[in-house]
Amino acid sequence: MPTPLSSSRLSQRRARIVRERAIEVVLFLAALVSVFTTVGIVYILVKESVVFFQQVSIVDFLTDTQWTPLFDDAHFGIMVLLSGTLTSSVVALAIAIPLGTVIAIYLSEFAPFKVREIAKPFLELLGGVPTIVYGFFALLFVTPVLQWFYPALPGFNLLSAGIVMGIMIIPYVSSISEDAMRAVPMNLREGSYAMGATRFQTATRVVVPAAFSGIASAYILGISRAVGETMILAVAAGMQPNLTFNPLEPAATITAYIVQVALGDLPHGSIGYQTIFAAGLTLMLFTLACNIGGHLLRKRFRETY
Amino acid sequence: MAAVAISSAIEARPGHSAATDVPKAEAKNLSFYYGEYRALTDLDLVVHEHRVTALIGPSGCGKSTFLRCFNRMHDLYPGNRYEGEIRLYPDDTNLLAPSVDPIEVRMRLSMVFQKPNPFPKSIYENVAYGLRVRGDRSGRALDEKVEAALRGAALWEEAKDRLHQLAFNLSGGQQQRLCIARALATDPELLLFDEPTSALDPIATASIEELIAELKKKVTILIVTHNMQQAARVSDYTAYMYLGKLIEFGHTDELFIKPKNKQTEDYITGRFG
Amino acid sequence: MAYAKDLTAIRLLIASHKRWDLVFAVCGVLALMVGILTFTALFVDMALEGVPRLSWDFFTNYPSRRAAQAGILSAWVGSCLVMVVTAVVAVPLGVGAGLYLEEYAPKNWVTDVIEINITNLAGVPSIVYGLLALGLFVYQFGFGQSILSAGLTLALLILPVVIVATREAIRSIPVGIREGAYALGATQWQVCKDHIVPYSSAGILTGIIIGMARAIGETAPIITIGALTFIAFLPPSPIKAEPPFISFEWLTSPFTVMPIQMFNWTSRPEAAFLQNAAAAGFVLVFMTLAMNGLAIWLRYRLRKNIKW
Repeated sequence: MPTPLSSSRLSQRRARIVRERAIEVVLFLAALVSVFTTVGIVYILVKESVVFFQQVSIVDFLTDTQWTPLFDDAHFGIMVLLSGTLTSSVVALAIAIPLGTVIAIYLSEFAPFKVREIAKPFLELLGGVPTIVYGFFALLFVTPVLQWFYPALPGFNLLSAGIVMGIMIIPYVSSISEDAMRAVPMNLREGSYAMGATRFQTATRVVVPAAFSGIASAYILGISRAVGETMILAVAAGMQPNLTFNPLEPAATITAYIVQVALGDLPHGSIGYQTIFAAGLTLMLFTLACNIGGHLLRKRFRETY
Repeated sequence: MAAVAISSAIEARPGHSAATDVPKAEAKNLSFYYGEYRALTDLDLVVHEHRVTALIGPSGCGKSTFLRCFNRMHDLYPGNRYEGEIRLYPDDTNLLAPSVDPIEVRMRLSMVFQKPNPFPKSIYENVAYGLRVRGDRSGRALDEKVEAALRGAALWEEAKDRLHQLAFNLSGGQQQRLCIARALATDPELLLFDEPTSALDPIATASIEELIAELKKKVTILIVTHNMQQAARVSDYTAYMYLGKLIEFGHTDELFIKPKNKQTEDYITGRFG
Repeated sequence: MAYAKDLTAIRLLIASHKRWDLVFAVCGVLALMVGILTFTALFVDMALEGVPRLSWDFFTNYPSRRAAQAGILSAWVGSCLVMVVTAVVAVPLGVGAGLYLEEYAPKNWVTDVIEINITNLAGVPSIVYGLLALGLFVYQFGFGQSILSAGLTLALLILPVVIVATREAIRSIPVGIREGAYALGATQWQVCKDHIVPYSSAGILTGIIIGMARAIGETAPIITIGALTFIAFLPPSPIKAEPPFISFEWLTSPFTVMPIQMFNWTSRPEAAFLQNAAAAGFVLVFMTLAMNGLAIWLRYRLRKNIKW
């Protein structure tokens, strides 16, 4: 005979329900923090940039070929900083993408188990070194080595910063690409081997195409990382804005410029202060475009196994 | 009941004369080890040319393991060991010899897998894959071989207008026929089927069984199946395996109607397995 | 049947294909070597230049204009304090968010928005977080150029890392365990508190360690907030002699952190300061390596121990 619910049991139940709901709300708010962060970033960048663009026209911003915000005759051509960012990123990606992909294919399809067990943690460690240390390394080790080959190389240059940045990005590209390749089912590989294909043929003609969306998103992440990197460039490429696409010269990137301004003493609200937000907005728009591009790529080519 | 179904299946099969049967491949004293575990013991089996040979038996009896020895698929994974021989005729090569390259073996034999595994490529490129691996370049010759393979797999009519669309868009049965076309394109000396219809619906299954009956006129076929009725419908010879051993081998009608071995009879009449 | 001729042709073809196999395997090893050699060169370079400079004095001195007397006291104390704030903020928020997304979140557009945001934030450059902190925390909220702002910024920076690690750890728990707990009459929170979090704690811990290792080495956002590069004092101690015995003054104090100290010394041309920078860099690399190594080892042990 089931006992009827006593009133104390009922009120206990109600209290429990309230408590459960309260906990759920707290956890929901924790999850919402990420949305607040994005909103905060957008809000602050736009708010300060709007003030900036009231004083500098967008056309000037995009087309001026000088960047001298602190002079009396101030120029605000973002192209100057963009050239530094672009050149260093191209150098970095020219290293990170080929090497990262080759490593990923090698570890996923060729390497014996022991090699993979050692290489993977190693690559993780490579990606965990603080970027200031990489910057130091680029300035005081890589540049002298490069100068041995090419004595005319200036002490600050985009090339050694780009090279070190590229090596730093390799683990990002290789680990995501490798995960994508490992997710390709063995069934598909067996189909290829059963046709008499070698490892290299199976890897390049079946596995890589099958993992394409994952590999593409790895590349996009690498691009994002290269564009957003700060300290390596601030230390090793110098902080002199210079409109150039020659990696053998020193130049400032968008990120290095922001650091330079922050190191100095800029009164809150001055035009100099606002330039860093305008620069940051440019950077943010670019990485956002990369993220969206990566997302769309993944949606279009997603193969569900 | 099972016996009635099987005998009617056998009667429905076109007959053949045993006297003209030529061996194409032969397993001699074959044993196989996964590490220390002996999965196959002393198998002796002849696969006849232009005939369908079926391997049946309960789950875990080693039929797929045996099939995968033929094209050295076990070499892809560490810790496996073969003992004995599989000879391929007429050149009498031992496919399992360490001196024989597994890739060469796989170029001479083809396999169709249990779960259809089309590559993430177009229908055309799927069929052409084996040919490209063999060095064939694009052109009329390749187009013709692809068409011939698709016709051989009874997929040409459905595929000819979408040769360059992704193979993933095909239905399950069509995908499996694509895999068969891919296997046929390279003119294999022996075609291995590993439970090709177990992942398919009954209609697709029926169409593939019809296909197999047609194919044996040109190719030699070794098929693993867990479905006894399928073996009875489709094969000329049947081998019954149990726990890694070959229990009985013979003409399909003899094996099913008058098995020589009590174990075989128990399996066929459904007393176990 | 010209088997012999066909076979020779096939064998030649296979031989040429296998050459490609070999070439690629060599390329793979070479590519790996680039990474390994760079890492070794970096570590050895730091060690050779920096270790001789390491001494008790180095750890207990303030930075000074005289290189020989400069030390990293204010820097490493500052780093520790900032890490405390980061951990206190990032761990509950990250684990809570991960728990919500895995156990509570319904499949609707709100959840989608949250998930998109997390993926997005993982790809935002760290300096943008610095800009956010500068505009919002330092000025708008008025926290000033303080340890509190720095800790909050870094917490937001590593939040995606902690959330993703939490989610993956929770996802590896089999559905059967959950169902067993519910079948015994547990509420959702009881299942989370008594089962989900304890079983996924090792995976969550791994993610936290990796996040913290990342936070220790971050320079750009902290510079942007305005951490000073020459600090010859320590923030006020959290423990006081008189009641109430705990003070939060240190949260609003100016400060510096290890990476910034290294950056400051790297920017000086004198060789003696560069050696100081190498020493500070060695300490940094050693710490981050140790933390990453710990996380990797933990993950390895996890995989061996848990047999679901």
